[in-house]
Amino acid sequence: MQISSRQLETATIFDVTGDIDLANSPAVRKALLREVREKRTQRVVMNLSNVRYIDSSGVASLVEGLKASRDVGSRFILFGLSTSAREVLQLSRLLKIFEVYDNEEQALAG
Amino acid sequence: MKIIRSARSGNPEERDSDTGRSVLMRLELPSDPNLLCAVRGAVERLTESFGFSPEDCRAVIRAVDEALTNIIRHAYGGRPDQPIEMSFRSIRRQPDSNDAEGIEILLCDRGPAIKPEQLCVRALEEVKPGGLGLHFIQQSMDIVEYKRTNGTNCLRLVKYIRAPKQEVNS
Repeated sequence: MQISSRQLETATIFDVTGDIDLANSPAVRKALLREVREKRTQRVVMNLSNVRYIDSSGVASLVEGLKASRDVGSRFILFGLSTSAREVLQLSRLLKIFEVYDNEEQALAG
Repeated sequence: MKIIRSARSGNPEERDSDTGRSVLMRLELPSDPNLLCAVRGAVERLTESFGFSPEDCRAVIRAVDEALTNIIRHAYGGRPDQPIEMSFRSIRRQPDSNDAEGIEILLCDRGPAIKPEQLCVRALEEVKPGGLGLHFIQQSMDIVEYKRTNGTNCLRLVKYIRAPKQEVNS
């Protein structure tokens, strides 16, 4: 799994490539919480277009990012969910909790 | 990770001596999270060749991955060098039938016994991180059973092949 970030106006976009599982979800969590809590970025956007699989620990990292963003009054946005990623969010009844868009353009315009 | 046997490329008639069921694949691996990706790949190919739909392939992969994650985190406390054994067998709903109708997966570890409260699924109403793995397993498989025998935890997962949905012509 690789994670990189880029700035676009008031948003930070994280581009994630590969599966998010127990081996690397701590790295995702650390990057997200740093962006939300320390940098206080107004919009944190997760590009999951190149993520084929997310396990429960990956979902937990996303939930932590969401809760942290709510705590500081910022937005936490997902886009490009694979079928598998969408399934785990549906199974955990979190799909409607997250702000989810199909692509980056919609995510930034939303 | 060690693949002991893969019946799809080996001898499909080989049967487990205890159960008489066809052994499809056996895996022995250490409790290293970095191997989860390799296991998912092996399970994906096995379930595809076995005839599961793409949706059910993803369900089996998810259940196996979450079960291994639970073993690594809870049975072995994150230690990456502890033994895990997995076996995959074809099973039938009706023993006399010739049709393989599903897959049975056994995941065994030598960690401490699982406490009953660890097998409880948490309520999903509260939005909070953690506690989703067992829920994913139960939602993904038809049978989920846990047994402790001779110092070994054994989780049994079963998934049956579903008949294709019939198109309704108006």
